[in-house]
Amino acid sequence: MELYRSHILVCGGTGCVSSDSLKIEERFKELIEKNDLKDEAKVVKTGCFGLCEAGPIVIVYPEGAFYSQLKVEDVDTIVAEHLVKGRIVTDLLYKESYQEGEMQSINDVGFYKKQERVALRNCGVINPEVIEEYIAYDGYEALGRVLSEMKPEEVIQIVKDSGLRGRGGGGFPTGLKWEFTAKAEGDQKYIACNADEGDPGAFMDRSVLEGDPHVVIESMAIAGYAVGANKGYVYVRAEYPIAVNRLQIAIDQAKEMGLLGENIFGTDFSFDMEIRLGAGAFVCGEETALIKSIEGKRGMPVPRPPFPAVKGLFDKPTLLNNVETYANIPQIILRGAEWFASIGTEKSKGTKVFALAGKINNTGLLEIPMGTTLREAIYDVGGGIPGGKEFKAVQTGGPSGGCIPAAHIDTPIDYDNLIELGSMMGSGGMIVLDEDNCMVDIARFFLDFTVDESCGKCTPCRDGTKRMLEMLDKIAEGKGTPADLAKLETLAKTIKNASLCGLGQTAPNPVLSTLDFFMDEYEAHVHDKRCPAGVCKALLNYIVIEDKCKKCGICAAKCPVDCISGTKGKTVYHIDTDKCIKCNACLEACPFDAIKKG
Amino acid sequence: MKSLEELRKLRKESLDQVDMRRSGKGTRIVVGMATCGISSGARPVMMALVEEVKKRNLQDVTVTQTGCIGACRLEPMFEVYRTGEEKVTYVHMDAEKAKKVVTEHIVNGKVVSEYTIGAYEK
Repeated sequence: MELYRSHILVCGGTGCVSSDSLKIEERFKELIEKNDLKDEAKVVKTGCFGLCEAGPIVIVYPEGAFYSQLKVEDVDTIVAEHLVKGRIVTDLLYKESYQEGEMQSINDVGFYKKQERVALRNCGVINPEVIEEYIAYDGYEALGRVLSEMKPEEVIQIVKDSGLRGRGGGGFPTGLKWEFTAKAEGDQKYIACNADEGDPGAFMDRSVLEGDPHVVIESMAIAGYAVGANKGYVYVRAEYPIAVNRLQIAIDQAKEMGLLGENIFGTDFSFDMEIRLGAGAFVCGEETALIKSIEGKRGMPVPRPPFPAVKGLFDKPTLLNNVETYANIPQIILRGAEWFASIGTEKSKGTKVFALAGKINNTGLLEIPMGTTLREAIYDVGGGIPGGKEFKAVQTGGPSGGCIPAAHIDTPIDYDNLIELGSMMGSGGMIVLDEDNCMVDIARFFLDFTVDESCGKCTPCRDGTKRMLEMLDKIAEGKGTPADLAKLETLAKTIKNASLCGLGQTAPNPVLSTLDFFMDEYEAHVHDKRCPAGVCKALLNYIVIEDKCKKCGICAAKCPVDCISGTKGKTVYHIDTDKCIKCNACLEACPFDAIKKG
Repeated sequence: MKSLEELRKLRKESLDQVDMRRSGKGTRIVVGMATCGISSGARPVMMALVEEVKKRNLQDVTVTQTGCIGACRLEPMFEVYRTGEEKVTYVHMDAEKAKKVVTEHIVNGKVVSEYTIGAYEK
């Protein structure tokens, strides 16, 4: 066994990879070789640490030095100082982890302090491409125990007792789903994993697959034993190449070690699995469409019932859960249903992973106990809003969810509270909006997405969402009428009622929830032809504030369409609003804040 | 994988590979690894400590490095921190002496006084 005095953990999640973490890993290896440290220091590529905002991230153990926003050149300094001389390079440490000359443990940093990592416990800790590291952190112990010591009914009972609910959107009790599938009659049953994460800005499932792929394999095998299935499929989009690659490596390793295949742990139980790639259609995240797609057919939803638990893949009973749901299972088996049920609120147990994005300081991935308030998530973990701007709303649940306004920021996050506020948990996207976001524009953004992604099967969804988008476009252009607002609401409700699948049933939510909480903004667009946040271009005018203008002419020099006139040093400048293309260049250029939009 | 025992055996072996990343409390051995330390031979001392700690399967002991402790003439040196005990500084170390410190001090709890800075200064 090789021993090392230092482990260098380099984040290999998609976020950090896109900011060059692979080159950083390369450089570390190169310099360690050059400095003859290769028997002393080991470079480990891990999954996402969660704090993507601070990426690329490197953690050096045993000190636990948390280096952030590294450039490839910085590696030279870290090797020369930290690895060779043992001096932590404090200038490169994540700011919050180094205070008053003392390095803090990363677990004490604001971003991690309120988190509780169950599904993400191994992300950023182990090398996802080395099965031994997963095993070192209790990997496959749960599967071993289940197969050698428990009956299938006992496994289902534990999952039921834990109170775990589906993490993919609807929040259906997982244990019940397992029980239905177990009780369904059929000579052949299947386990499927929904990794078709399609919400804009969401990357929870991707991070689990990238950082801890074995947990999904172990959990699906446990599920297979519980419901009586011997074959599993993971449906993941081809747009997640790192996740697909690591999952495939993990499956191969598990097969090689006999953790997948025939007679696992010397029992009668056999289980095998494979990956099915999706082409990235949002509708394929809907369970019946996903099943069609795995079967090789066009991804379109079909009516339920029959539910997949009765008639799913290849018309056989199929258990379908999403990645994050599976990621909780081994811990529930090992630590017990009571432990899991002790986290969270009365009806929402455990933790939830959120992808935090938008107007927020700590963009990234966080896992918090259910019942944490939105305020804690946004201010304590997320680090608040950049530039001291005012919090306006948070969008949860992606294109199926809604916007929760500032007045409800102290709401504890759980399935039922979010639904009551006209939004939903969804898979866990959380987009923070500040005073500069126009709510009409936000509703339009999400609707634009669903218009594109509607599969076209149901008329209300296919044509209805398109008509809604046209109305929103009209409002954003200042051509909306009060009648449009009423029509928008009626149409939204029709689409919700008359669509077959979840996509159509929830597509109007972003519009309905903004109509509900931000009617004043819609009215400002319609009645006053004004966009209060200054986003909708057609409603904007740039004006020179005459008292403040110092006649310097910088704005005129910057204007790309020459619509600003005046004489340098002599006259106040003037913007010709007919010619102005609202590019914002003059406002940014003016050193005296003498230009405003309104 | 034929049994749970086989998995647990593999886990025990694999734990060594990742042990360092667990947040351990307990004993900390801090080796001076500035230029002064390295040039007088701190590397082999460090590696000897790491190996000895692993060989004896000592849990809750971390070996880490630090910069110049300030007494360059006494290098290579390291310090042992244990909760509830006063810090002990060992000086003029080499690999053999380091191993002895692990046996005597870390395992048996007996400070090797002859190697400490106190003994040297006398």
